[in-house]
Amino acid sequence: MADFTIASAGSALAAGEISATELLDSVLARASLTEADLHSFLTIDHEGAQAAAAASNERLRRGQSRGPLEGVPLAVKDNFCTRNLETTCGSKILFGYRPPYDATAVARLRAAGAVLVGKTNCDEFAMGSSTENSAFGPTRNPWNPERVPGGSSGGSAAAVAVGSVLGAFGSDTGGSIRQPAALCGVVGFKPTYGLVSRYGLVAFASSLDQIGPFARTVGDALTLFEAVAGHDPLDATSYQGPVPEIRPTLAEGVSGLRVGIVRELGGEGYDAEVAAATSAMVDNLADEGAKVSEVSLPSFEVALSVYYLIAPAECSANLARFDGVRYGLRVAGETVEEMMARTRAEGFGPEVTRRILLGTYALSAGYYDAFYGKAQKVRSRLIAEMATVFEQADVLVSPTSPTTAFELGAKTQDPLAMYLSDVCTIPANLAGTPAISVPIGLDSAGLPIGFQIMAPALGEKVMFQTAKAVEALANFDARPPLAVSP
Amino acid sequence: MHVDIDIAYVARLARLGLSAEELSFYRDQLGVILEHAAKVQEVDTEGFEATAHPLGIVNQFRPDEIRPSLDRVEVLAAAPATEGVYFVVPPALEG
Repeated sequence: MADFTIASAGSALAAGEISATELLDSVLARASLTEADLHSFLTIDHEGAQAAAAASNERLRRGQSRGPLEGVPLAVKDNFCTRNLETTCGSKILFGYRPPYDATAVARLRAAGAVLVGKTNCDEFAMGSSTENSAFGPTRNPWNPERVPGGSSGGSAAAVAVGSVLGAFGSDTGGSIRQPAALCGVVGFKPTYGLVSRYGLVAFASSLDQIGPFARTVGDALTLFEAVAGHDPLDATSYQGPVPEIRPTLAEGVSGLRVGIVRELGGEGYDAEVAAATSAMVDNLADEGAKVSEVSLPSFEVALSVYYLIAPAECSANLARFDGVRYGLRVAGETVEEMMARTRAEGFGPEVTRRILLGTYALSAGYYDAFYGKAQKVRSRLIAEMATVFEQADVLVSPTSPTTAFELGAKTQDPLAMYLSDVCTIPANLAGTPAISVPIGLDSAGLPIGFQIMAPALGEKVMFQTAKAVEALANFDARPPLAVSP
Repeated sequence: MHVDIDIAYVARLARLGLSAEELSFYRDQLGVILEHAAKVQEVDTEGFEATAHPLGIVNQFRPDEIRPSLDRVEVLAAAPATEGVYFVVPPALEG
């Protein structure tokens, strides 16, 4: 049962072939087999999940199903606030914190009848690309436990890959959904900025953060997105227009679609096998009738630099709230400033400390214009370049990450090398545009390769249509060695 | 481009009580990252304004309606130190 997709589980639940409780028990059994190796969860809420499953059973019995997620076991990243359920963001500074409210995305999942199994591991405050920055220990890759699952939403990606849940949510600030999805061999989707409310998502970089789903299939990812998307008055940056209609054209294929290959997202630094798999998929799309051409976005060459000024700047402001006063850790001090400085030095790990310092510097008097201000202008240039390219192409494609999963510890001493694993995913965050990673195969070491599809803002319809075609062409049905049936 | 960083000043602004060894460690790392990030200064941005919102959305307002706020007792329960309905902190000013 843990090998169900959301769609197949939904059918089985609706037909009364299984109960929500049986489905929950089967994924919990899977988690109990895999967690010792994976550590994809920080919290498993046995009591809450059993109660939610029992309520689902009752609704299903009465014919009052709330829709496609009724009774479906899901998880959310530990930076989503969950009422009375520990929310640490992978940080020592929030150890033991139980929020007094649910994030809007969590509230909508509960309202859709989903069963929240628990909270997944992540890089501290979503800062990282390997989930090694969690204060509670790393998550491992289900295809090879010596490798990282990617990050920062590595726990969500790994849990979905092994079937400890049928779907999960993460947050994507520079690739934190798509890159771990690629490294773990699942689908990961970052929506257009503002389509999913950020209310209750603990903020990292507010102009870049976006919530999105992980699933085993493109169709399941869409189902998860539909459950949480839409305007929320509690998030002033949330998009007020209608959510794009995606499902009616999902299976229409790519014939006649203009597919742009991004010249800047390839070449030096890209694994030969990743490049070859990407090219082969592009050829397949052309065989299906897509009009393929190469496009150039010169600003992508500096996207990483832009990101590593804007994201830390916003992080340094957002994380000022962790000061030992209202929640979380406090280390005693003689004065309030000493208490705050000691609390923050003790509570934040090295990557978060590094980014707060970087952002504080980039925002400080005398450096603001040269760093933060300039980066925001280059960002506008990148957004303009993308708008121009999207007049010539319906979607842009690239690898999701330059490499497959790397070994634990390989990049922890070299922040810049770690940052480079997000080079393909960052542009979509800077531009606020949608992008999805779909698994297209394994390399010779048996590690998954992800294929990224980008579309213009609110262009989810054509992006999903392409993703569905890529999924069918790749026919990726391998399962990680850790996803063994009990 | 070489970047000069007064790391002790930056740490003070950020309220991070770091040791001398930590300050030196982070100063060196920030130097490397900022040299890379300084590439943005070579880009011609003539005619471009700073991005405020990637989709250009500005000033959204919601109806000014009274709604319940978070429960005060629950909020205070998460704080390290409270007294009555207040958060308690060490002295902010010298006496």
